[in-house]
Amino acid sequence: MSEHAIVRTTDVTKSFDLGKHTLEVLKGISLTIVKGRYISIMGPSGSGKSTLFNMIGGLDKPTSGKVFIDEVDIAQLDAYELAWLRCRKIGYIFQTFNLIPVMTALENVTLPMTFGGTGNDEAVDRGMELLRLVGLDDRYNHKPSELSGGQQQRVAVARALANTPSIVLADEPTGNLDLNTGEEIITLLKKMSDELEVTIISATHDFKMLNVSDEVIWIRDGLIDKIEQRDELDISVGTIG
Amino acid sequence: MQRLVALPFSKSVEIAWKSIRARFFRSLVTTTSLVLAVAFLCYVQVTTDIANGLLAGGADGSMDALLKAGYNVEPGAVSIGETAKEQWLVFLSLLVCVVGIVNAQLMAVTERFREIGTMKCLGALDRFILRLFMLEAIIQGFVGSLAGALLGVLAGLLSTSLSLGLIIFASLPMTVMGLTSAKAIGIGCLLSLLGVIYPAITAARMEPVEAMRTNE
Ligand SMILES: Nc1ncnc2c1ncn2[C@@H]1O[C@H](COP(=O)(O)OP(=O)(O)O)[C@@H](O)[C@H]1O
Ligand SMILES: [Mg+2]
Repeated sequence: MSEHAIVRTTDVTKSFDLGKHTLEVLKGISLTIVKGRYISIMGPSGSGKSTLFNMIGGLDKPTSGKVFIDEVDIAQLDAYELAWLRCRKIGYIFQTFNLIPVMTALENVTLPMTFGGTGNDEAVDRGMELLRLVGLDDRYNHKPSELSGGQQQRVAVARALANTPSIVLADEPTGNLDLNTGEEIITLLKKMSDELEVTIISATHDFKMLNVSDEVIWIRDGLIDKIEQRDELDISVGTIG
Repeated sequence: MQRLVALPFSKSVEIAWKSIRARFFRSLVTTTSLVLAVAFLCYVQVTTDIANGLLAGGADGSMDALLKAGYNVEPGAVSIGETAKEQWLVFLSLLVCVVGIVNAQLMAVTERFREIGTMKCLGALDRFILRLFMLEAIIQGFVGSLAGALLGVLAGLLSTSLSLGLIIFASLPMTVMGLTSAKAIGIGCLLSLLGVIYPAITAARMEPVEAMRTNE
C-alpha cells in the first residue's frame, strides 16, 4: 500500500441488545480509507450507515473488530485522548445540523477551538475566516434559529473544519435539506476536500453525492456490498439514473 | 495520540452565563422555588432579629409591644428564639425546594441531551459538562437567593412594623440582619448546587451517541 490509510476497520460488528433478542446491525465491515479522498457510504435507510459512522467517529464502541484512525486503535484510548481525537482529528456534520441553539454562528464555530485550547482572539479570527469560506460571514452574529436549514448546515461545515481535522465525517448532511440547498452543501464539501485536502466520509442515500465522490462504499444489511472507484462509477450511475 | 487540555475556568463561566441568559424563562422556573424558600427562611430569621433588637434596645414600651404582639418573653430574658414550629416549617420548605430544583434540573438536562451530545462530539470532557451545569446552578442560586433574601427582609420589616409598631426602627439590628441575609444567600447557593449534582452527573456520563439518538 503506497498511500496512507487514515481510517481502517477490521471486521467490525455491532449488535444491539433488544432484551429478547439481539439485533445485528453491522456484520463484519473491513475497509481502508486513504487520506484526502471524498468517500460516500451509500445504502438504503436502516442498512447501518449511521451505526458505522458512530464507530469510525469514536462515538460508539464496536461489539467486535477494531477501528484504527491514523493507525491507532481507538479502543485503546483513554477519555482525554478520545476527547482530543474528537476535537482535533475529526470534524462531525449531522443530518439535523446540531448547532448549539443558545450560541451565535461565530460562537458555534469557535467552540471546538475553545475546547482545543485555542486562545480567544485567534479563535475569533479563524472563525470569521471559516464563515467567510462558507459564505456566511455577514451572519456571524445570528443564532441558529435565525438561519435557514442550508445556512445552519454551512455553519456546521465551518464548525467541523475549525480545528483543521484530517477527517470530516458527515451523516446524511443533505437529509434535511431541499434539492438545491443539498446540492450547495455537496459542492461546498467537495470544495473543502479539494482545497484543504481533508478526507471526507459521508453517509448518505442521496445519489447527487455520487458525482463528487472519489470512492463509493455500498452497504447492504450490515455488510459491504461493493466498493467502486470514481472511474467505475460513471457506468453504474448510468444504470441507476 | 495527544491528550486534551482542560478548558480555562473563565471560559466555562462565560459559556454558563450565556446559557442562562439565553434560557431566561427556563432559569426562572428552576429558580422560583429557591427564591420563595430563601425568602421564607430570611423572613423568619429577620423577624426574630428585629424582635431581639427591640428587646436589647430596651426602649420604653418595647416590652409591652413584644408581649402584645404575642412574643413569649419572660421578664429579664435576654434573647428571643424562633419557635420550634417555625424552624420545622423552614426546614420543610428548604427540603421541598431541593426536590423542586432536582426535578427542574432533570428536565433541563433532558431538554439539552442533544446539545450535550454535540459538545461531547466537539471534544468536551465529562468534567466540562459537569462544571457547566454546576456553574449555571451556582449563578442561578446566587441571583435567586439574592432576590429571595431581599424579599424576605422586606417582608420581615413590613410584618414587624405592623405587629410591633414603628418603634422597631429605633433599634434595628442592621449588622445582624445583614449577616442573616448573607447566611440565607449562602444556604440558597448550596441548595442550588445540591439540587444539580445528580442531574449534572447523569448528563456528564452520557455517551455522545445516546445523547444524539433522543428525540429524533
Ligand atoms: N441504539 C440502537 N438500539 C437498537 N437498534 C438500533 C440502534 N441504533 C440503530 N439501530 C437499528 O440499526 C439499524 C441500522 O440503523 P442505522 O445505522 O441508523 O441505519 P442508517 O443510518 O443506514 O439508516 C436500524 O434497524 C436501527 O433500527
Ligand atoms: Mg442514518
